[in-house]
Amino acid sequence: MRATQPPVPVAVEQKSFVLRAVTSVRELPRSVHIGLVIVIIMVFAAVFAPLLAPYGPDDLNFGASLLPPSPAHLMGTDENGRDLFSRCLYALRLDFLVVFFVTYVSLPFGVVVGAVAGYCGRAADSVIARVTDIMVAVPFLVLVAAVVAVVGPGMTGVLIAVPIISWAMYARLARSEMLVLRELAYMDACIALGFSRFRTIFRHGVPNLLRSSLVFSTVDLMGNLLLLAGLSFLGLGAQPPQSELGAIIADGQSYILTAWWLATLPGLVLVLFGIGVGMVGEGLSDGRVAGRSA
Amino acid sequence: MRYVGKRVLQAVLVLWGLITVIFFVLHLIPGDPVRAVLGGRASDATVQQVREQLGLDRPLPEQYLRFLTDIVQGNLGTSLALNDQVSHVLGQRLLPSILLIAYGMFFAVLIGVPLGIQAALRPNRAADHIIRLQTTFLFGMPTFWLALVLALLFGLVLGWFPVSGYQTGLGGILRSLTLPALTLGLSLVVIVTRTLRSNLIEVLKSEYIEAARSRGLSERRVIVKHALRNAAMPTLTILSTIIGYLIGSTVVLEQVFRIPGAGSLLVQSILRHDYQTVRAVALLSGLVVIAAGLSADLLQAILDPRVRLAR
Repeated sequence: MRATQPPVPVAVEQKSFVLRAVTSVRELPRSVHIGLVIVIIMVFAAVFAPLLAPYGPDDLNFGASLLPPSPAHLMGTDENGRDLFSRCLYALRLDFLVVFFVTYVSLPFGVVVGAVAGYCGRAADSVIARVTDIMVAVPFLVLVAAVVAVVGPGMTGVLIAVPIISWAMYARLARSEMLVLRELAYMDACIALGFSRFRTIFRHGVPNLLRSSLVFSTVDLMGNLLLLAGLSFLGLGAQPPQSELGAIIADGQSYILTAWWLATLPGLVLVLFGIGVGMVGEGLSDGRVAGRSA
Repeated sequence: MRYVGKRVLQAVLVLWGLITVIFFVLHLIPGDPVRAVLGGRASDATVQQVREQLGLDRPLPEQYLRFLTDIVQGNLGTSLALNDQVSHVLGQRLLPSILLIAYGMFFAVLIGVPLGIQAALRPNRAADHIIRLQTTFLFGMPTFWLALVLALLFGLVLGWFPVSGYQTGLGGILRSLTLPALTLGLSLVVIVTRTLRSNLIEVLKSEYIEAARSRGLSERRVIVKHALRNAAMPTLTILSTIIGYLIGSTVVLEQVFRIPGAGSLLVQSILRHDYQTVRAVALLSGLVVIAAGLSADLLQAILDPRVRLAR
């Protein structure tokens, strides 16, 4: 069995993996670099929020309420004198944590279900295909909101509701990739070599269909971030005093005439992150196309 | 005709699945809707009485069958919190939401179609760059935030449109829906322009466009009468698939602009634990999505015989 895997190319590939990664990053278009810098800075800012934030997220200071942006308060202060910049940093931290969790819980589950359905075909496949059709049919926000209605407003609702629904997209993707893979010669070879179904699907199939799901997960990550912000804005996600970008914007809504920065600046944080992710995603898909044709 | 029958049957199946999913998602998740709506101070006896009244004490399969037959008969149940028929409550809230979505699509087409045509005809010129910029900026832009910024600009600073509430009369309705619809339209423009642009570029390469040009037709006529007509269909199909996203956006927008539509009813119902109403709104929005997909497919089958014959 071992002899069927050619040892030499594998060894070379492993040796130069880091080097290869570095050079391929360097060869990407400039927009990807800019996007990566934006994303990395923001993720770092979120992770190290306790070190970077000049004030605590809930530090009240009634002597300094509703101050416009200034060097002391980069994004101004809210009605309770809380520093908006610090609150946004902590909000990013919470947002990223939740969004990362819900996205990457759904991904493996969806990929496994989709891969098995696509490979086994027949009844299992039709059932999965119809179930995903249904999941995709309902407006995402509405279904999540319905789950929140039962669980009760708060982060728990979001943490339960999003994975319940969003695995379906990954299952769909993985299934359609598996339908193509199944017909390829090397999958036939796996059967001919007497590999178990499990090994054929997970050792030889899944690694090859994972890429599309991973690419989609960056878009999904952004979508979940906006969903979480939207739910919190509606009062269904993060509950006070948790700082979450959507909730901060909702709080600022009532001061929009007297303190414009409260509702607008936290939104710009989301827009900026979206620009970063978008540049990386767009550049990567362009780069892949170019690489393929070369 | 066989294709139509098959497609309708498929839609009915998906609808049945949707009802089932909504039922089980809402019933299997831990949490007691009756206690939630009655509050913590309700006595056990009261809770039990309400549970019996709603049939929640019956076994799950029996509840499911009753739910299914009720829906087939058009009975959406009674809202505990409002003490009213859910269908009655929902009926009063539908019109603003429908108008908002239609008005938003109007804005999307009004801005998106000319932009898409320009971008397809002159690649890498102004319109093309605008599309790219839009895509970059709108990707991470929350709808509610865009709504607030537009409200601040056009409503509060310039004072052109009301920023909250729902006025009566046709003029009043249009005025109060303009800002939310513009927000919705702007978030859609990207999709409209991008699909129209790529479809138009594809169509412009085809032989019949060359034939139309060689017959000496004006460029304007070639594009409007020949190219656009064929490029519009895929764009419409895309619009029908994102109707779910549109409904999600109206939920948020109605809340921002205080419009008494189905979306704000959903949010209010969640906050007062009125899960009969939540269930009905979820069901209805799913129904709309399924119906939109079905009608887009059927429309395409009528307009393009290849769709009918291929399957």
